[in-house]
Amino acid sequence: MSLRRPLFATTLGLVTFATAALADTDPAVEARQSQFKLFAHNLAVLGPMVQGQMEYDAEAAQTAADNLFHLTRHDQGRMWPEGTDNASIDGTRALPAIWEDLDDFAAKFGALQAAAENLQGVAGDGMDALRPAVGQLGGACAACHDDYRSER
Amino acid sequence: MRRLALAVAVLAGGAAVTFWWLTRPEPLDAATLEALAALEADPARGEAVFWASGCAACHVEPEAEDADRPVLSGGQRFETAFGAFIAPNISPDTDHGIGGWTRAEFANAMLRGISPSGQHYYPAFPYSAYIRAKLQDVADLHAFIETLPESNMPNAAHDLGFPFTLRRGLGLWKRLYLTDDWVMEEVPTPELERGRYLVEALSHCAECHTPRDRLGGLNTAAWMEGGPNPSGRGRIPDITPDELGWSAEEIALYLDSGFTPHFDVAGGTMAAVVRAMARLEAEDRAAIAAYLRALD
Repeated sequence: MSLRRPLFATTLGLVTFATAALADTDPAVEARQSQFKLFAHNLAVLGPMVQGQMEYDAEAAQTAADNLFHLTRHDQGRMWPEGTDNASIDGTRALPAIWEDLDDFAAKFGALQAAAENLQGVAGDGMDALRPAVGQLGGACAACHDDYRSER
Repeated sequence: MRRLALAVAVLAGGAAVTFWWLTRPEPLDAATLEALAALEADPARGEAVFWASGCAACHVEPEAEDADRPVLSGGQRFETAFGAFIAPNISPDTDHGIGGWTRAEFANAMLRGISPSGQHYYPAFPYSAYIRAKLQDVADLHAFIETLPESNMPNAAHDLGFPFTLRRGLGLWKRLYLTDDWVMEEVPTPELERGRYLVEALSHCAECHTPRDRLGGLNTAAWMEGGPNPSGRGRIPDITPDELGWSAEEIALYLDSGFTPHFDVAGGTMAAVVRAMARLEAEDRAAIAAYLRALD
């Protein structure tokens, strides 16, 4: 018993150490970051259109909007485990504030889902419909980044 | 023995008088105030100055929504190496805001960091940038702020440690750092000149994007090179051309939409800045972009 306890403590210490060292490849963190990259991948179609950098193309806009609708339906349940904030591990900008107010975090994700749904409904209807819908979506992104993502 | 005591007393007295002299507030001179008083102020022009100067970003309530006519009730907290500063109420309320201020008092605050009662303001209020602002813009801004909604929110005290609680010492800080010299000396085109005015005077970009020395002064040798974020984890980005790597067009689009060239969306304190910048004329965003591209 007296021998096993320090051994256990050492093992636990090693496990903790290994977890911390490997944390930047935490699959949940990777999954959620990949998800945000896919958001950006589709915004890279819609953004230039509303910025006047790319000619409006109803089909391309609708495809990107459809993608964003479906991407934002992905269940977030397993993407945000406790202990994957930027104070606990490297390789993430997720602030501990997320886990301090998960209800508000979920509400902000809900606002993103609502914006994506609205966008999907109007993306093919011309620039005048697209512009405010992309603005609403960008606003939903920013609202969450404001409170829950650290500066670089 | 008595002579020694007398000599010490005289020296101490002399040091105190010198300190008092060096730290005295130096308001705008009579000729400037006269020129200011003669100006015709236009609140409509002042609205553009207001958004360019980023007043709302710091002076609205902590969780305030974006608004066309923001309520400048104050209350946001800014953590620094010297303690926490709480933004004051600058709404036109006469009891808690700046409603009773004369144009001259407003100008002394903006351009010299001096309160109506003659005290130094802490440079968390970026008068060390605003000192370069045009008198006309200051008069117009004052006229616009007077049209905004009043808030009766009382001001909270800053949360600072000794000796930073003593405002008088800020007179020395001003001697070291308060200057109306431009950092970018040559501006060969009107666009660059406008960009310099916006970046260095009104929009006070350097306040966050330039690192500070131990006394809290901007290290102009590292102009716009970013640094640790005084208010939390992470770094304020380096926005010099080589580090940022964005074209002038991309910078201007970012300031309008909040989208980076990779279609990330601005967050944190920059989100509020972008919301204000989006209200500027497109030419002004282009001028800011031209200025940033011209940094070496």
